[in-house]
Amino acid sequence: MNVPALLRPLRRWWPALALVVLVLLPYSALSLPGLLDGPIGSPGSLQLLALCLVFGALATGYDLLLGRTGLLSFGHALYFAAGTYATDLLLTQTGLGFWPSAALGLLAGVVLAALLGSVSLRMTGIGFAMVTLAFAQAGSILVERDPGGVTGGEEGLAATGLPGWLVGIQHTANLYWIALAYLVVTLAAVQWAVRSPIGRVWEGIRENERRVEVLGLRPYGFKLVAFVLAGTLAALGGVVYLLLTGGATPQATTSDFTLSLLVMVVLGGSGSRWGPLVGGVLYTWAQHRLASLAGSGTIAGLPSVLRVPLSQPLFLLGVLFVVIVYALPGGVAGLPARLRGRGAQA
Amino acid sequence: MTSSLLSVRGLKVVVGGRHILHGVDLDVAPVGVTALLGRNGAGKTTTVRGILGLVPRTGSVIYDGLETNGLTTHRIVQRGIGYVPEDRGIFASLTVAENLRLAERDPDPAYDLVHELFPELRQRARQAAGTLSGGQQQMVAIGRTLLNRSNRLVIADEPTKGLAPRVVTEVAVALERAAQAVPILLVEQNLALVRRLADHCAVLADGRTAHAGPAAELLADADKSRTLLGVGRRADTAPAPVAPAAPATGGDH
Amino acid sequence: MSTVVLLSVTGLGLGALYFLVASGLSLIFGLMDVLNFAHGALLSIGAYATWWAASHSFGYPLALLFGTAVGTLASVALELGLIRPLYRRPREQVLATVGVGLAVPALLSAIWGADARTFPVPASLGGTFTLLGATVPVDRLVLIGAALVVLLALKAFLGRTRHGLVVRAGVEDRAMVTALGIDVRRAFTLVFAIGGAAAALAGGLAGLYFGSVDPTQGSSLLIFGFVVVVMGGLGSVSGAAVACVVVGLVQQFANYYSTAGLGDLSVVVLLAALLLVRPSGLTGRLA
Repeated sequence: MNVPALLRPLRRWWPALALVVLVLLPYSALSLPGLLDGPIGSPGSLQLLALCLVFGALATGYDLLLGRTGLLSFGHALYFAAGTYATDLLLTQTGLGFWPSAALGLLAGVVLAALLGSVSLRMTGIGFAMVTLAFAQAGSILVERDPGGVTGGEEGLAATGLPGWLVGIQHTANLYWIALAYLVVTLAAVQWAVRSPIGRVWEGIRENERRVEVLGLRPYGFKLVAFVLAGTLAALGGVVYLLLTGGATPQATTSDFTLSLLVMVVLGGSGSRWGPLVGGVLYTWAQHRLASLAGSGTIAGLPSVLRVPLSQPLFLLGVLFVVIVYALPGGVAGLPARLRGRGAQA
Repeated sequence: MTSSLLSVRGLKVVVGGRHILHGVDLDVAPVGVTALLGRNGAGKTTTVRGILGLVPRTGSVIYDGLETNGLTTHRIVQRGIGYVPEDRGIFASLTVAENLRLAERDPDPAYDLVHELFPELRQRARQAAGTLSGGQQQMVAIGRTLLNRSNRLVIADEPTKGLAPRVVTEVAVALERAAQAVPILLVEQNLALVRRLADHCAVLADGRTAHAGPAAELLADADKSRTLLGVGRRADTAPAPVAPAAPATGGDH
Repeated sequence: MSTVVLLSVTGLGLGALYFLVASGLSLIFGLMDVLNFAHGALLSIGAYATWWAASHSFGYPLALLFGTAVGTLASVALELGLIRPLYRRPREQVLATVGVGLAVPALLSAIWGADARTFPVPASLGGTFTLLGATVPVDRLVLIGAALVVLLALKAFLGRTRHGLVVRAGVEDRAMVTALGIDVRRAFTLVFAIGGAAAALAGGLAGLYFGSVDPTQGSSLLIFGFVVVVMGGLGSVSGAAVACVVVGLVQQFANYYSTAGLGDLSVVVLLAALLLVRPSGLTGRLA
C-alpha cells in the first residue's frame, strides 16, 4: 500500500531524473553485458546510445504527422537527408564554418518541407502518402545519380571542416550530449505544439477532418504547420546525424529510411508521448545488435533454415513489425495499459 | 409480438465514441408497411444500418426467427432483404442495366415487374446511372429490391426525399404495389405518404423508441404526432404531394 | 530519327512494366483502400521464381508462367493470411504490407545474396530488329505485348464478367455492394490474385529487360508504380494505362537528352505539376 504513495513523486519527476541519468552516462564505467559491448562510457557504447537517442527523436518528430495529425507521410527521409546533405555540401564546397553551414542546412530542410508540403497536402489520405513518397524518391535519385559530382553518389560524402571538439573517438561524449540535446529539443517542441491550440486542431483533423471543416477551419494550413515542424525537426536530426557519423550516406535518403521510422513509431506506440522514443531506441539498438549477431559465430553454426533468415536484420524487423501490428496495436507504450486491462478483466 | 418478421430489441450503436442509438425496439409485421418515424437526427438511418450490420451494433436483431447479431451484412441480406438506402446507393459509373444485374440474386429475376413499374429504366438501360435524375436513380434503387422475388422484407430509407412531386407519386405507387407482395420497413418524413401506405409505425426520439402502434392512430392524434415528430400544423396541413392513389390497395384500415 | 524510335520503344517497354505494377496497385487500392507496399515484394518473388525456373532449363515461357503462378499464390496468401484479419482497419493493413515489403527482399538477399544475379535471356529474345531505321531489342516488344494483353484481359474481365462488375461497383461503394447480399471479400482475394499475377509477370519480364534480378528491383519499380497510380487516378485501370505511357516516355527522353537520373526526377516534377493543376489525377477520380 505504501509503495504506490512513495512512487507518486517519482511518476511526476521521472523524466527529469531520467535526463540527469542520461547526462551523466558518459562518466559511467558500468558494463551491461548482452545489451552493450563495452562499458557505458566507452566510445563504442556512447556512439550506439547517441544513435538510439537520435532515432528516438526522429521517430518522435515523425509521429507529429502520423500519430498526432493522422498524416501518413512516406517521404520523411527527404527532410532528414536535406539537413544532412545541405550542411555537408556547404562544409565541403563553400568552406563556411560549421555553425553557418548547420544553420543554412536546417533552413534548406525547412524551405523544402514548406515547398513540397504545400504541394503534397493538396492530396489527402493515401494519395498524400504516395506523393510524399514520390518526392522523397526524387531526392534519393538526385543524391545517388550525383549530377555535377558533388554528393558523392553511392559512396556518400565525408564531412570536412568540423570543429575539433566534434571529431574523433575521444570526443564521442560531446556528440552523445548533442544527440541528447536534440532529443530534449524535439520532445519539448512536440509536447509544446501538441498542447497548443494548433495541437488541438491537429487532434480534430486526426479524428475527423470533415468535422474540422464544419467548424469553419481550413485543415490545409494546420496540416502544413505540422508538416513543416516535423520537417524542421527531421532536418535538425540530419545535422546531428552528420556529426555523429562524420558524413552523409545515400541510405538516409531512401524510402526504406522513412519506412524504418514508421516501424519505430508503430513499434513504440503511435500518438503517445514516449512511445515513438521507445520505439526508435529499441529499433536502433536491435538493428545494431542483430547486425553484429549476424556477423558472429553464434549464427554461423545454426542449420541453414535458421541461419539464412537470421543473417538479415531487416527480415527479422519486418516480421517483428507485422507481429506488432497484429498483436500489439498500441505498440510498446500501450503495453502497460493492456496488461492492466487484462488484469482487471481476470 | 412473437409473429414479427423482424424483431429488434435494445439496439445500440456507437460511432466514433458517440452513442447514436441507446436502445431501439422495433417490430416489423409480416404483412403491410411499417413506418419508422422521428425527427432529423433521431437515429432512423442508423437503426436501419444497424439492422443490416452496416455499422457495429449490440442488442438483438431477430429476422425471420434467426438472431442476426454477428452475421456479416451480405449474409443478413442474403436471407431475403432488399435495401433502398438514404442516398440511394446507386453505382454512378455503372449503367442502369449493370446496377440492376448486380442486385440479381434469384435465378429468375423479375425484370417484367420492374420494367412495368418503371418503363424508363428499360429505355435507359445502357445509360450510366450517374447521369440519371434523382427520381430515375430512385427507380433503379427500388427496382433493385423488386428484382428478387425471394426478398421477404424491403427496407426503404426515405425513398421520396428530394424528389419532385410527380416522381413521389410514381415511387408511392411502386411501394404500394410492392407492399402487396412483401412487407416493407419504411423510413419516411412525408406524413401523407405514411398515412397512405403504413399500417404500423414506430417513432424514434434521441436514439430510443418513443412510441409504437397503429399508424392511423398516431396520425389522427395531432398533439401526439406533434410532440413525437416535431411536425407543426404547417407541415401536416400542407397539401400532400401525393396524388390520389391508383385503384390499388384496400386502404389503410 | 532512329534515336527517337529507339527511345520511344524503350520508353514504352518501361511503361509496360510500370503498367503491370500499377494496374494491380490501382485495383487493390480502389477496392480495398489498401496501399499495397508488398507489391514490390510480389514483383521480386515473381522475378526470382522466373529466374530460378529459367536457370533450371525450364525455357523462358514456361519459367515466366511458373514465376507468375508463384507470385499469384504469394499474393493470395498475403491477402488471406495478413490483410483479411485486419478488415476494417485500413491503416493496419497498409502497415502489415510495409512489414512484408521489408521482410521479403531481406529474405531474398539472405537466400540468394544481395548482389544481382544474371538472368538467362533466351537467344530468341536477346536479339534486335530494325524499325524505321532504328535497331531495337526484341525484349521491348515482349514487354509491350504482355502489357497490352494484360490491359485487354483486365478490360474484358471488368467489363464483361460478374466478378468484374462486383469489383467496379466495389471501387465506388464497398458497403453498398455488401448491402446487395454480395460477399465483397471474395472480390478482395480476386484483385489480390490479379494484382499479384501482374506484378509477378512484371518481375519475370523485368529480369528479361534488365538482364539480371536483384532484391531491390521490386521496390524501385514500385515507386514508379505509385507515381503512375496517382497520375492515372486511384482505382482506374485505363488511367494507369495512359499515365504509364507518359511516365515511361518522359523518363527515357529526359534521361537521354539530359544528365542520367534527370529523367526519373522529371517524372516526379511532372507529377507535382499535374497535382497542382488537377489534384484528382488524369481521370478525375478523387482519392
